[in-house]
Amino acid sequence: METHFLQASQQLPAYLIIGALLFAIGFFGFCRHRTLVGMLVSGELILAGASLNFVAFGHFLAADRVAGQAFALFIMGIAAAEAALVLSIMIAVYRNYRTIQTRDLKAMEG
Amino acid sequence: MTPQEINALLSAACFAGLAGLTLLGALLAALCRRLIYSVSGLALSFIGLAGLYLYLNAPFLALMQILVYVGAVCIVILFAIMLADTQDEQSGRDRRATLTAIASFLAASMLAVALFLMIRGTTWMAPAAPQNTGSLQDLGHALLGRFGFAFELISVVLLLAILGALVVARNGRDTPRD
Repeated sequence: METHFLQASQQLPAYLIIGALLFAIGFFGFCRHRTLVGMLVSGELILAGASLNFVAFGHFLAADRVAGQAFALFIMGIAAAEAALVLSIMIAVYRNYRTIQTRDLKAMEG
Repeated sequence: MTPQEINALLSAACFAGLAGLTLLGALLAALCRRLIYSVSGLALSFIGLAGLYLYLNAPFLALMQILVYVGAVCIVILFAIMLADTQDEQSGRDRRATLTAIASFLAASMLAVALFLMIRGTTWMAPAAPQNTGSLQDLGHALLGRFGFAFELISVVLLLAILGALVVARNGRDTPRD
């Protein structure tokens, strides 16, 4: 068991479990937060868990060691674009509603 | 203890510390009611994740993680929090908020347990014979060679996102008064 712990950084499941926990924590935060900023932060956590999985698989299993890293870089680019868009939407929403609490944004309620 | 044993112990301790930092930051981000603390937790989590990328033999990715996520995305979110002058989430003493928190915790923990069991139960295929070492040089060649099209598409997406963000954020603003 002790050697198992000592070699955790050389084993695929350790990274997969960290990625899964990041995803679960991000999911929890996404459901729990009640502001748009909080939801954006949790979404970034979910993306981080996904990229950790890609890099771990690329490092341990893939023949092409580069593919995982390249995909993680692409995720980074998409996440940056997403953050910029979400924040501009948030500022527009704040200008119109004077709040970013999600429960107050109900103009389209039937 | 031989030097090799001490090395292995130090490496394992660093790995455990980085994994703990990542998960602790993520928990802070998910649990804190004050948005500033949430974003700080996110930055902490990303720094830990950059350390994990170092363990995965991806130093360029680790640097980009710190540069792009901690240096740019977190700071932009902080700017937005200050610009929009968001009041923090009102304390959730009402029943609906508590129910939401419990339900989302249950859902997330079920998700985590299911993923954990799946990871433990799967036998992964044998590692393929590596075609390259995954060094920075290989990554550069791949990004501008095999993945060139995706690379260019990402830059178009970023350009469009900048333009879209400008349009959306400017819309409805008063005309300049001068």
